Amino acid sequence: MTAQLRFCDLTLGYDRHPAVHHLNGTVEAGALLAVVGPNGAGKSTLFKGVVGALKPLAGRIERDGFAQQDIGYLPQVAEIDRSFPINVFDMVAMGLWRQAGLFGGIGNKQRGRVEEALAAVGLSGFEDRPIGTLSGGQMQRMLFARLLLQNARLIVLDEPFSAVDSRTASDLLGLVRKWHDERRTVLAALHDIDLVRANFPETLLLAREPVAWGPTAEVLTAENLLKARRMCEAFDKEAEACAITEAA
Amino acid sequence: MLYDLFIAPFAEFEFMRRALAGAFALALGAGPIGVFLMLRRMSLVGDAMAHAILPGAAIGFLIAGLNLFAVAAGGLIAGFVIALAAGLITRATALKEDASLAAFFLISLAVGVTIVSMRGSNIDLLRFLFGSVLALDDATLLLIAANATISQFGLALIFRPLVLECVDPVFLRSVSGAGAWAHIAFLALLVINLVSGFHALGTLLAVGIMMLPAIAARFWARDITTMITIAVATGIVSGYAGLLLSYHTSVPSGPGIILVAGMFYGISVLFGRVDGVVRQLFPGRHLEA
Repeated sequence: MTAQLRFCDLTLGYDRHPAVHHLNGTVEAGALLAVVGPNGAGKSTLFKGVVGALKPLAGRIERDGFAQQDIGYLPQVAEIDRSFPINVFDMVAMGLWRQAGLFGGIGNKQRGRVEEALAAVGLSGFEDRPIGTLSGGQMQRMLFARLLLQNARLIVLDEPFSAVDSRTASDLLGLVRKWHDERRTVLAALHDIDLVRANFPETLLLAREPVAWGPTAEVLTAENLLKARRMCEAFDKEAEACAITEAA
Repeated sequence: MLYDLFIAPFAEFEFMRRALAGAFALALGAGPIGVFLMLRRMSLVGDAMAHAILPGAAIGFLIAGLNLFAVAAGGLIAGFVIALAAGLITRATALKEDASLAAFFLISLAVGVTIVSMRGSNIDLLRFLFGSVLALDDATLLLIAANATISQFGLALIFRPLVLECVDPVFLRSVSGAGAWAHIAFLALLVINLVSGFHALGTLLAVGIMMLPAIAARFWARDITTMITIAVATGIVSGYAGLLLSYHTSVPSGPGIILVAGMFYGISVLFGRVDGVVRQLFPGRHLEA
């Protein structure tokens, strides 16, 4: 069965204000898709919808063949309360949620897997460090380790390379490429256009409305980028109810 | 001499033993809840909820007099109603949760005091406001112990989603729908602990045994398990030392317990190993790596 992700006239947002407006399209199984757009373009909102953390205002997301446990999510670092007293090991071990669930214990075998994941991202020896003491790059490495444990077929990365140096970015990109080679479906919200051009075959340019979606070289033209920036003006408090009716 | 000072009060007087048992049970239940309130930046929510319990307890009192079950049931119902109402009002209007809670707790306090004064004497009112840790009867003691037990087991059940809901809420929503339930269960545990605290320490001080040990523990631990352990231990020692303080001096018992907890808080702020004032002023020489 080929698992794919389809957006059907999808509108997502907060308090009735759309942050993603009337999005249509399909993410094929095994795709490596970059989602690019200015701040406030709706990238994070789209991803929250994909992982099931946000209900659509209208339209729907079809996850054919992807159950909730097939989805791995890397949230934006800003979403994480770094002052919370939890250490790196416990945080990464949450990637085992699928096996451990609400109450399951973390046995020796699972401990081994956590250690492996930490080693794979270069964080061996950081097990007992409180997450508040990590640098931006170490924080992203930790989140990638948790993703490795989730072993998901659909991987959603919200700004995975923000605030990391080039070495960390290239290490983590290696993991993304490996996932792609394993035919996993990967979506990533990114700001670095050059990085997208070099590594991501497919791009969705979003500015609340989809601007363009297709092969990266055709999407990331100067003209499209300018258009995206123009479309992303502040939201209108007096906005009328959207007149576009939902497609049947 | 030492025996007279530290043990005799409890060996000689049954009401002191009861008070001690009550204070221990209270510390066991309330400590962990307090740690989570603090970490979720909800310290003042506990305070507001404690006040919110008063009118419910007062209505129970109005109907049935000083009957444990009427008063406790009234408090429980009022606590749950306020928790839900504050959440709903926040969602439905532009008010932030702290603002709507502040509104609720001021109104509750006024309504509660009015109702108690209508039926009872000033003694009753004092009892409602400051509790009666030295006059715990069997039923009240059982209620407090039962609440502490429920609280321990309940927290064990929701511990994992509750922690994740604090650290990384969107990730939790991506793997499980348990976050919302954990939050509701947590509020329920908060309410039953406040009802316990209300009986022993009164509406105004019930939160003290919850928050002060928790905040003090923040200055000694970097992981949540240790923090909870320290909070519970601090609560237990505060209960014991506070009762002794009130026995040997003229300090009233409830405030005595909270005063000792407050002292622990002060010491922790000053000398705490994690971000204490002294530690920050004199951090020592920097390390090699």
